[in-house]
Amino acid sequence: MTDMTINAQGLVKHFPIKLGLFKTLFAKENPFVHAVDGVSFHIASGEVFGLVGESGCGKTTTGRLLVRLLELTEGQVIFKGIDLMGLSKKEMRRLRRKMQIIFQDPYESLDPRMSVYDIIAEPVRIQKIVESESEVSQKVAKSLEEFGMVPAEEYMYRFAHELSGGQRQRVSIARAFVLRPEFIVADEPVSMLDASIRSEVLKLLLASQKKYDTSFLYITHDVALARHVCDRLAVMYLGKIVEKGSTEQVIHEPLHPYTEALIAAVPVPDPTARRIRVTLKGEVPSAINPPTGCRFNTRCAHAMEICRKKEPPLIKVSNNRFVACHLHTKK
Amino acid sequence: MALLEVEHLKMYYETLRGYVQAVDDISLHVEEKKALGLAGESGCGKTSAALAILRLLPWNAKILEGNIKLGGENLLEMSDPKFRKEIRWKKISMIFQGAMNSLHPTYTTGHQIAEAIIQHEKVTKEEARERSEKLIELVGMDRSRADRYPHELSGGMKQRAVTAMALACNPDLVIADEPTTALDVIVQAQVLSVMKDLQSRLNLSMMVISHDLSLIAETCNDIGIMYAGKIVEYGDVVHIYKEALHPYTEKLITAFPSVVGPKTELSSIPGFPPDLLKPPPGCRFHPRCPYAMEICRKKEPPLIELAKRHLVACHLHGGEKA
Repeated sequence: MTDMTINAQGLVKHFPIKLGLFKTLFAKENPFVHAVDGVSFHIASGEVFGLVGESGCGKTTTGRLLVRLLELTEGQVIFKGIDLMGLSKKEMRRLRRKMQIIFQDPYESLDPRMSVYDIIAEPVRIQKIVESESEVSQKVAKSLEEFGMVPAEEYMYRFAHELSGGQRQRVSIARAFVLRPEFIVADEPVSMLDASIRSEVLKLLLASQKKYDTSFLYITHDVALARHVCDRLAVMYLGKIVEKGSTEQVIHEPLHPYTEALIAAVPVPDPTARRIRVTLKGEVPSAINPPTGCRFNTRCAHAMEICRKKEPPLIKVSNNRFVACHLHTKK
Repeated sequence: MALLEVEHLKMYYETLRGYVQAVDDISLHVEEKKALGLAGESGCGKTSAALAILRLLPWNAKILEGNIKLGGENLLEMSDPKFRKEIRWKKISMIFQGAMNSLHPTYTTGHQIAEAIIQHEKVTKEEARERSEKLIELVGMDRSRADRYPHELSGGMKQRAVTAMALACNPDLVIADEPTTALDVIVQAQVLSVMKDLQSRLNLSMMVISHDLSLIAETCNDIGIMYAGKIVEYGDVVHIYKEALHPYTEKLITAFPSVVGPKTELSSIPGFPPDLLKPPPGCRFHPRCPYAMEICRKKEPPLIELAKRHLVACHLHGGEKA
């Protein structure tokens, strides 16, 4: 497949836990947080691939691994046929022109001491894609205007603290798009914004995505939003993908009990359809000692004997549809 | 019967650059045993309205006009010590926004709940302790959590602990300010079901403040939509969802994606919320309104009752059509 932008194979990321002196000396093995534990997927060019799950399931870590903001423990990320792990720092820096990230919190991801102009100009200068400063300023103005900050001159010389949340996030989106990357990791780009602002920012984001045919990894905890944004969806639970398929399939006919629970828990904006269903008890177990067998077995209503013992593999149930659950393995 | 009546409340923040018109002439009613939702974007004045009701205002906030009545008694005329002793927490309590951060990190949850009881009622430490453990059970946690420090609890549990604290002195009205914003969907559903269950079991009245309309749709009977310090639409929640009259409400409702039903285009509202130091003249929504007419720029639309329990402030509706 040549039109594959990202091919992630068996991604594993374990974070070591810092212990005190005594424990380091005498502990038999060092404990790890199993943030991402064997995740594989691919993103076709121009596709929006969604990663949904609760906080702590490893979705942000996965996103950062793809653009190598974190080093992999195991596995392989192939971007347009290039193995990222084999690249030197210098080569990686050159490649960053083609892969960008939009962070979740616009209050933390913009340098408070830089003007909007400098924030957007920085990647352009680093990548040296234009010759002169006047071209830089043209690029900055154009990209601000593209994301609804019109007239650009009004916003260029402001600092982040002079902007509202929605405006800040537009700036960080403009920064990600200014280099016309082929791949963008969008880590909950609108979750900090109010509803009315959110849909506006999302519209601009998706319009640019279509316009430049950018591939997206869209990370979110909001299943309803994912439905509107993503072409394909993967559901993560405790560092693993439990289900993967086209968005409509996953949302309308969830196969994994966790996906089902996640979708049923989403509140519906319609007072006549009141139905808060508490679908799962308790909270996500610790990723330091994840449950044996299927990681979801401690909260699953259908848990069987085998679920406690054997980990279900991610199997293909139909074209483009994958699930990791013993309920579906047997058939 | 209305338990809480807020009438024409006007509350401004005094700043060096002038008055921030955070709450500008709003009226609300919370009926007994019912829930009122207050929705709007951040900065529209919904939290300020709640803080004004509980008199937890910062020094630069000034209540210029209006009445706040609880069971017929005017709260604004009450002295501070009396208010603290008899109203705050005893009759009206609040679940604060970002509950996760509103617990004291160096006291156990049980201690903090007991403290609220001791402050307001003549009880011994043991009785207060016993009651705090009961409250913790009431919100669906194990008694042993009373001995835990906040950092030992997960987000959902902290939210429950703060809910328990709000119920410590058997209030009549609980104001919940963004009670589930920081929680994951599954935990959010758990917390909401606890809140709904408690509301019916303890005959509570509630006021739920949120920017998330789906949350209000699932929990409230009435809804008030706020925009830039004003209430633009108010009434029965089902009615408003089915027939939203104000363009802002309409946009806000369709701005929410849904997991059920057909996939619809998300609507968006262009522009930004206004600066409340200098709100636009006339209808405050007119710079962002697709239907804005000449009159909207000049004259502020009054909040009028169009149908039973359905009020709207918009020149498109009512007698004054341009």
